[in-house]
Amino acid sequence: MKAKLIVTPKKAVLDPQGKTVQNALEHMGYAAVTGVHVGKYIEIDLAAGTDRVAARKALDEAAHKFLSNPVIEDYQLEIVD
Amino acid sequence: MHFAVLQFPASNCDQDCVHAVRALGHTASLVWHKDTSLGAADAVIVPGGFSYGDYLRCGAIARFSPVMQAVRTFADQGGLVLGICNGFQILCEAGLLPGALVRNRDLQFHCEPVFLRTANRETPFTASIPAERPIRLPIAHGEGCYFADEATLSRLQAGRQILWQYCDAAGALTEAANPNGSLLNIAGIANERFNVAGLMPHPDRASEAILGGDDGRSLFESMAAAFATRAASRAA
Repeated sequence: MKAKLIVTPKKAVLDPQGKTVQNALEHMGYAAVTGVHVGKYIEIDLAAGTDRVAARKALDEAAHKFLSNPVIEDYQLEIVD
Repeated sequence: MHFAVLQFPASNCDQDCVHAVRALGHTASLVWHKDTSLGAADAVIVPGGFSYGDYLRCGAIARFSPVMQAVRTFADQGGLVLGICNGFQILCEAGLLPGALVRNRDLQFHCEPVFLRTANRETPFTASIPAERPIRLPIAHGEGCYFADEATLSRLQAGRQILWQYCDAAGALTEAANPNGSLLNIAGIANERFNVAGLMPHPDRASEAILGGDDGRSLFESMAAAFATRAASRAA
């Protein structure tokens, strides 16, 4: 069992990394690209048989308190087998 | 006056801070991040560096070090806490200061002297800073772009919590003088009670003429003067 966490910069926060990647994609000719946001992906291994609801609740708290910074980032949490 | 200077794995300005305050005639001791007590500290400095390798986010892991609980208690009791560079990032991550420091606008690490306007000189961190001119301190950071949402920025402005702003040599707050894209050219702020402050520039690296400038002294002198005033009022 795993938790997958995707952390992205909030829209209001300057994302120079995303902007630079976007510029490069445009230079490469990917004309349809209208925005790029660079974040991070965190994979957390969980013991088999862990209660999903409890795991989600605990990791939601960890994501809010530690794994992301709510001032500058949003996150999506997914629990998979 | 006795300063406690925190030491995290990969702090690298801890000795600079100790040296800077000792040169002013104060005492200082290093406090390891696993310690749960600050000892007999009159003020705390959270120094610069790359605590925990800047993993996850700058300051994100250091804020959970045992010593940070002692710092929180010390701050709650009104003790003076100053965060410099990575120390500023740690205090923001810990929620002791509002906002966050993100990647510099141009993605470059900036290591250069900057000019700062002291926006509020009526605080324990700024009262002894010269009023008539901007001060010049070095910066050395890759993630020093100050960000906070609009409501927080308004509160900072209304409460005069913005202490230092990047400016040019004449003291003007220009875009060109902003090295990292910080909102409102913010280089340093304080909390609402003005007993916790943080800034990205390094007063510790500009505390003696031999280092290229000693404007940083006035910041530590401000803290010492504030502490002396408090001690005198307690004794009276």
